[in-house]
Amino acid sequence: MSVITPTPGRTVRPSRPARTSRRAGTGGLAAALLSPTLLVLGLVIGYPVVAALRLSFQVSSEGIDPSTGFVATTTHYGTGNYAAVFSDDRLLRPWWNTTSFALASVTLEVLIGVCMALVMHRAFRGRAFVRAAVLVPWAIPTAISGILWKWIFNSQGVANSLLDTQVLWSSDGFHAWLAVVIADTWKTAPFVGLLVLAGLQIIPGELYEAARVDGASAWRAFWRITLPLVRPALVVAVLFRLLDVLRMFDLPYILVGPRKHSVETLSMSAFNEMTNLRFGSAAAYATVLFVYIAVVALAFVKLFGADLLGRGTRSEP
Amino acid sequence: MSTLPLTRSARRGATGGRRGATWARRLGIAAVVAYCLAPFYWMVVSSLRRPGDQFSNAPLPAPVSFDNYMSAFDAKNGFGQALVNSLVVAGITTAVTLVVGIFAGYALARLHFRGKTLILTLIIAASMFPPIILVVPLLRLFTDIAWINTYQAMIIPSMSFALPLAVWNLTAFFRQMPTELEKAAQVDGCTPAQAFRKVVLPLAAPGVFTTAILVFICAWNEFLIAISVVNDRQMMTANVILSLFTGQYKYDQPFGTQMAAGVVVTLPLVVAVLFFQRRIVDGLTAGGLK
Repeated sequence: MSVITPTPGRTVRPSRPARTSRRAGTGGLAAALLSPTLLVLGLVIGYPVVAALRLSFQVSSEGIDPSTGFVATTTHYGTGNYAAVFSDDRLLRPWWNTTSFALASVTLEVLIGVCMALVMHRAFRGRAFVRAAVLVPWAIPTAISGILWKWIFNSQGVANSLLDTQVLWSSDGFHAWLAVVIADTWKTAPFVGLLVLAGLQIIPGELYEAARVDGASAWRAFWRITLPLVRPALVVAVLFRLLDVLRMFDLPYILVGPRKHSVETLSMSAFNEMTNLRFGSAAAYATVLFVYIAVVALAFVKLFGADLLGRGTRSEP
Repeated sequence: MSTLPLTRSARRGATGGRRGATWARRLGIAAVVAYCLAPFYWMVVSSLRRPGDQFSNAPLPAPVSFDNYMSAFDAKNGFGQALVNSLVVAGITTAVTLVVGIFAGYALARLHFRGKTLILTLIIAASMFPPIILVVPLLRLFTDIAWINTYQAMIIPSMSFALPLAVWNLTAFFRQMPTELEKAAQVDGCTPAQAFRKVVLPLAAPGVFTTAILVFICAWNEFLIAISVVNDRQMMTANVILSLFTGQYKYDQPFGTQMAAGVVVTLPLVVAVLFFQRRIVDGLTAGGLK
């Protein structure tokens, strides 16, 4: 069947000239179909980002109004918010926490995720159950997992009992940082594993057979075949995870708490300023985070050539 | 199916080295499952202890007790109302997102037009925005227009992450559908719009369903927006109210009650994951977004 059909199919293909007029028609249709999405994204993302930028340059100062004698808030445009944010270590500490969380969590997640994918790769019985189990950490809301890990890391909790230690995990300091890394790794390493597994499954089995015939060890086959071919999937997974950790808020906020030196991320700093109604300063923190994430994303795509669009547009067989 | 016992017996006859590898793999699978489920198991176990046994670290609750569940739904916590709020916010976000996103997904997957790459780039960039930069100015705006403590104040900002996710997934699904049917419909005299409505949409139902599950789970899990724009306990979502549970005394955190409430919040998702694991994995890996 498949041998015969292509030949007539190629000759009877729809006439070429009609295509230009069809394209003009689809252009209008595309605009009509896309406009609701673009409108909503413009309203819920475009407008707030511009508003945040504007807000970050709005400096409020309180002073006595000379005519009335009351305290009055005056605003003017300037770089005062940024100057305040960049002075002393108000920025450096949350920036370092954000960055170190990203580096540590993503490294662990990739290592564990790749191992999980390799284990799950071969067909086995109970596959559906394992796949469901792997999805459980992903499906649990971050806020709930924050409370769950706070309970596990409680001073009288199961972590101290298993490790036979008396560590105050969720107070502050290095242990609190480590607790956040562990909780985040638990929740998202399976997600990395699933993305890598999808990459593994498109590697043709013949490659491994050829390698075996050529006398390559399993270890060598992993480095020379598996890793290079799974790289595109891995790069995309790492990029998504990296950008996700950089904006982390829920987990340290719930697991450890607000205004904790060792776990406060840039998102938390901005949130803290916002809840104290210092909107200008909050917007400055948020803008710094936004620019940082954009720079990291661009650098990552340039360095590793993450093929983001290919995944969405590629037609599956 | 019928060949399975045969191949297994064949494998059993294989060398000892291969049998060792099989056992190593089983062990690996067990480790993966244990890694993923152990903390969740601990949540369930802790929730089923008597409040007095809260600090017991025994692997099973000695007398099983539902006291924690009773106190989770205690009127003072407002947990029942919070569940309704979560359902309303996540449900409406999912519905609106799908209605808006389905057209964009179809256009991006099927139609040829200029600027497609740009729009795809915009949509994927949109999904990478830190939500805090949206929340700061929106909180101020919502304060000005008296939208604090309303559903729309939670639903509309949630679209910022839900819509890119939905469009991305739907695009992938429409791509996978064979084009022949649409072409046949157009040959039969359908306009592209008619072909979409009468042929593509019914066929895309499974993809739409998968996208709905993914979007719903993400919306259900949202925390930052919900905690920012609501300060009335009556309007809080389950995630927010759970983090604010207080015990009898101000400083003792009622972990047992929180674990019980956590199980209630998570259980629908775990059930959905059990039933739809295949679809969810397909959606996650096609979309590649969280």
